[in-house]
Amino acid sequence: MSDSESDDAGKTSEPVTLLRAPVSLDYEYSAGQSASRFLRAIEQGKLLGQRCPVDGRVYFPSRGSCPQHAVTFGDEVVELSDKGTLVTFSIVRIPSENIPLELPYITANVLLDGSDTILMHVLDASLDDVHMGMRVQAVWKPKEEWTTSTANIMYFRPIDEPDADYESYKEHI
Amino acid sequence: MRDVAVVGFAQSESVRREPDRNEVEILIPVIQALREQTGLSGPDCDFICSGSSDYLAGQSFAFISGLDAVGAWPPVAESHVEMDGAWALYEAWVKIQMGYADTALVYGFGKPSMGDLPLTMALQLDPYTMMPLWPDAISIAALQARHCLDADILTPERMAAVAVRDRRHAKDNPTAQVKGDWTIEEILAEDFIANPLRKSDCAPISDGASAVLLAAGDRASEICDRPAWIRGIEHICEPMDLGVRDLGRSRSTQIAAEKAGVGSGKIDIAELSAPFTHQTILVEEALGLDAETIVNPSGGALAGNPLMAVGLSRIGEAASRISDGQADRAVAHATSGPCLQQNLVCVLEGN
Repeated sequence: MSDSESDDAGKTSEPVTLLRAPVSLDYEYSAGQSASRFLRAIEQGKLLGQRCPVDGRVYFPSRGSCPQHAVTFGDEVVELSDKGTLVTFSIVRIPSENIPLELPYITANVLLDGSDTILMHVLDASLDDVHMGMRVQAVWKPKEEWTTSTANIMYFRPIDEPDADYESYKEHI
Repeated sequence: MRDVAVVGFAQSESVRREPDRNEVEILIPVIQALREQTGLSGPDCDFICSGSSDYLAGQSFAFISGLDAVGAWPPVAESHVEMDGAWALYEAWVKIQMGYADTALVYGFGKPSMGDLPLTMALQLDPYTMMPLWPDAISIAALQARHCLDADILTPERMAAVAVRDRRHAKDNPTAQVKGDWTIEEILAEDFIANPLRKSDCAPISDGASAVLLAAGDRASEICDRPAWIRGIEHICEPMDLGVRDLGRSRSTQIAAEKAGVGSGKIDIAELSAPFTHQTILVEEALGLDAETIVNPSGGALAGNPLMAVGLSRIGEAASRISDGQADRAVAHATSGPCLQQNLVCVLEGN
């Protein structure tokens, strides 16, 4: 060690507390066969689910296999309505990116008609009116803006139908 | 110690790139094939353990989706290692030894084609002094091979002979990716990828999955006519830093082999997971194999290299050759980390 370095000993023994080592890796991601089929359909404004061959439950979005029974779903698909029932909800008062609604807004678990799994989305409804069992329908972006994305649905809104019977959705709460 | 055996094995084809299927969709038919073979589904097993890597998948907690292929209802006892499925098998074996399970489903899966694998592997190096240099996995292995050649531990001809042998063996393996007849001269005429490594010295990049069923005692004999009993299993780790260990031999494989009891009898077949020809030779020597042992009858990792499943597949390939009567005693090897940093050795017997 040179004299100048030893003179500097106090300084060189300072711990290094910052090291810049940027990590960036590119991936070419494939959604998979089942999710791709779902996304291609929603690009056309269609909502696809799939039915479990063991217990007949309809999973939405469609997926490759049943997570309960570990069986493949095959090619059969079930086209679902964009109407459904509000199962649970939460009123959000803090801002979030990419949500097209003004604060406060409502996050919603919607059980689409014909589906046995819930879809999480946002709901544009009066805070005074919102309630479990409320009937809702998707509000879509203009057709020319549709892509392979669930964001083709901007949000759900209430529709003028009688509330769903509690028994019809209690399993999903 | 409880008697624990491999009683079933299934694997996907190793392919350079699965264009359509995601990791779960690759895994589903493998789990189903194992179920058809053994009669047991995931939820039928007392324990489930998997090996995969979020770095290959490019997303966090990617292994959770793997459970879709297994079935997690009624709720199952499940664990995961961010390693090759061979280490998941080790965890399951410990679980069975402890008496917490009599049966265990073990699987591994990976889709490295989604990213740049040699660069992704740089992330397993020391984060302060090595990783910022982004040394790719092939260059790192080439440093080791160069050392082995300069120290007269290996020759290019011996390395090429490994590729010739494994690819020839792989002709009988319908799941293998690289198979066929090559000559040593043809391989030595190839250009270097990273001197002294040629393309044929390197395992392919493979997408794929495999699964193994473990069972203890009488349960094993109920499921399989000739279980492959695990008579020894051990894994040993060396330091990560390449500068502080002997790269010219695999000391951790040697210790693991001693502890697993490789040398206590004749080894009919050996299935090795070393992803480079020079590493295959280092592992063969560390295991103390002689000319009577058939090495890599499936083709080994050089014929198909689905990361996170390839080591588990070695155990499965060795076990299936015991179950079908081809072998009485076999050794399987799996590796993890740069330049054979960590090694697992498993001794399997038919009786």
